[in-house]
Amino acid sequence: MFTPNPRHEERLFYVLAAIGGLVSAIGLAAALYMEHEGHVVTGMNNQFVWGLPHVVSIFLIVAASGVLNVASMGSVFGRVLYKPRAPLSGLLGIAMMSGGLAVIMLDLGRADRAMVAATHVNLTSVFGWNMILYPVFYALVAVYLWTMMERRMNPYSKVAGLATFIWRVILTSGTGSIFAFLVARQAYGSALLAPMFIVMSFSWGLAVFIVVQSTMYAWNDLHLPPLILQRMKNLLATFVAAVLYLTAVLHLVNAYFAQHLDFERFILLGSEFAGLFWVGQVLIGSLLPLALLFHPATRGRVVWVNIAALLVILGAFFQLYVFIVGGQAFPLEIFPGYDVKSSFMDGAVDHYTASMPEILLSLGGLAIAFTMTTIGVRVLHFLPQDDLVELEAAGSITD
Amino acid sequence: MTAPQSSSNPRRAFLAAAGGSVASLGFVAVAPGLHLMAVGEANAATDARKAGTAASPTVRWGLLIDAGKCVPGCTKCIDACHTENGVTEKLPDPRQNSQWIRKIELVERRTGHATQLPMMCQHCANPPCVDVCPTGASMKRADGIVLVDRHTCIGCRYCMMACPYKARSFVHTPLHAQNPEVPRGQGCVEACTLCVHRVDKGQQPACVESCPQGAMMFGDLNDPASDIARRIASVPTTQVRADLRLNPGVRYQGI
Amino acid sequence: MLRLVCLLLLIAVSPAPTLAHNGDAHPQRTPVPNMVIENPGKCVAPAEEMRRNHMEMLKHQRDRTLRQGIRGEPVSLNGCIECHASKKTGSVLGKGDFCESCHAYAAVKLDCFECHQPKAGFKAAGVKP
Repeated sequence: MFTPNPRHEERLFYVLAAIGGLVSAIGLAAALYMEHEGHVVTGMNNQFVWGLPHVVSIFLIVAASGVLNVASMGSVFGRVLYKPRAPLSGLLGIAMMSGGLAVIMLDLGRADRAMVAATHVNLTSVFGWNMILYPVFYALVAVYLWTMMERRMNPYSKVAGLATFIWRVILTSGTGSIFAFLVARQAYGSALLAPMFIVMSFSWGLAVFIVVQSTMYAWNDLHLPPLILQRMKNLLATFVAAVLYLTAVLHLVNAYFAQHLDFERFILLGSEFAGLFWVGQVLIGSLLPLALLFHPATRGRVVWVNIAALLVILGAFFQLYVFIVGGQAFPLEIFPGYDVKSSFMDGAVDHYTASMPEILLSLGGLAIAFTMTTIGVRVLHFLPQDDLVELEAAGSITD
Repeated sequence: MTAPQSSSNPRRAFLAAAGGSVASLGFVAVAPGLHLMAVGEANAATDARKAGTAASPTVRWGLLIDAGKCVPGCTKCIDACHTENGVTEKLPDPRQNSQWIRKIELVERRTGHATQLPMMCQHCANPPCVDVCPTGASMKRADGIVLVDRHTCIGCRYCMMACPYKARSFVHTPLHAQNPEVPRGQGCVEACTLCVHRVDKGQQPACVESCPQGAMMFGDLNDPASDIARRIASVPTTQVRADLRLNPGVRYQGI
Repeated sequence: MLRLVCLLLLIAVSPAPTLAHNGDAHPQRTPVPNMVIENPGKCVAPAEEMRRNHMEMLKHQRDRTLRQGIRGEPVSLNGCIECHASKKTGSVLGKGDFCESCHAYAAVKLDCFECHQPKAGFKAAGVKP
């Protein structure tokens, strides 16, 4: 990796921030266009109720919660190695949550009614819970960051960390429950989705953290202590394997239920989504990263661990696309035992294509997260400061 | 077959309690979801309600549809619905048009028996769309009619994901040709209202009135003396997706 | 700094728009709402009260009608439109029409007609499936 001199480095920062800002602005403009013309300009319709913006925003929201796991490892579970990384994980949590919420709120049919959403909360709705879960998440993470970065507040950081940990477990259960509560559709409606989303958040969040951390070290011409890389890669591999395991359980159980068999055959074998599932989610997103993280030739190398983490992130998008779009492509079974036909896709498999405005809105959400992170790490102190003596004292430097 | 409308919904109560306990974790809900007020006296089943009186919880409006009488190729009920409710848009992607009512053709796999029927909002007693609505815009009126309050609908489409009948539509484009009595507009979700503006005047829903075969019957499911309740008591009828126990207000015959 | 002071001065001396006058005070510079009332004298409340409270009245009525099913109340948006639609456009929303003129003047966003029909007696055609 090249090391720019300070002036180049500064220029590079401004270029990155400008690109991020520009893509965010384009995303906002796309949202305004959608708001003005109506969702007729998107690929979404009454069959594909949710599309690409939801794939991207759910990724960001789930990963935002998971990236805070790094902080929790330090403050809640007392791992010395993770403690200096807690502020960075907090920043990433806030940045990704902002990007994700921006996309999902701007995609609303009436995005101008954000105040209605905030003041009318229906407590039987998982979305209604989210109106409480997300703002409190922001507040808790902000307080947590404050207790870590303000020396006088340090004694309270453990309590704040614990509160954040508990809250984000509830929050991600809520995200999974959005789908778990859908009794109507064969693809969703499983209690397994709540814990599964939590494990997904651990995996995706850690992958994002690894990539951002490596970039920051390279930027500052520093080398990540091998021990830290070692620990994080093992943890990532555990989470990736756990997601794969839960995915297998979900599909195996569903494939046993006669009423879900047709859908399982569709999503795993006979549709455009089967390829995305096996190649995208399973091979690229799970098996390949696992191989890279464990193979003797690649497991100790920073660059390969980062490639593995990037593959995990890529796989996450495949997984959510198959889950959200694939789940809606399959016809709702309204009359079991009948072949049905209508003017509105009853009994027929459907195909979704994202349009340019929704692609730009989705990219805008990613750009918001990117820009907030870039500016955050530049203006505040987020680079992990490892105390090697402390690590040694904790006995963790030796392995 | 005529399960009366349950006065309290156990699922809703359970979820509200669960939601409340989430909220109590250090946060006070600003405004809890609006719940329907059970007020007003019983009205005669199909008379116009007097001005100033509220919909009665003792009434439960419903439909009985005889699929055996529904004729292939006939779209009279759909035309009447669209005219009555001002559904005028025709977008290039037909899936983006509103589907207040649609005809489904059925062929039973085992016997090859073919039927068709109109499908619309089933006006469930336990509607999932009402449970999942974040703002309480999706609501059930005291007399069992499920509606969208477009004043508070934010267009999140969660209700469309939750509906087992694909009965709800999202308005994908700006509208200008609404009927004065049927407001509808861009960015909000909508569905069959059971022609609530007609029902309140003592009239039948437009689809019921338009059917040349008399395949649709409208009335008060709760009134044992009503035609619809007597018919449901005497002939076998079906609730679509009865396995979900949503207790729909629309019943079918002959499928 | 000097530019800022100049700007502030300019704002301070520019004529402030007022709602009270009927167009005579500032004939050219300040647009005033065109309040032509087609059917005067039949309103549900005095003009003074309507001006201040029509939004609250409509808001309460809409909730009663939609959520409780109460019909035939004195206050109703369709009632407003029946009386106040202009003879020329048939609407309350055309340029210079009843609702539009005042809301444009006061720069208050008018959200009713995203969903409600602004023309009196409008009849939609419907579409074949």
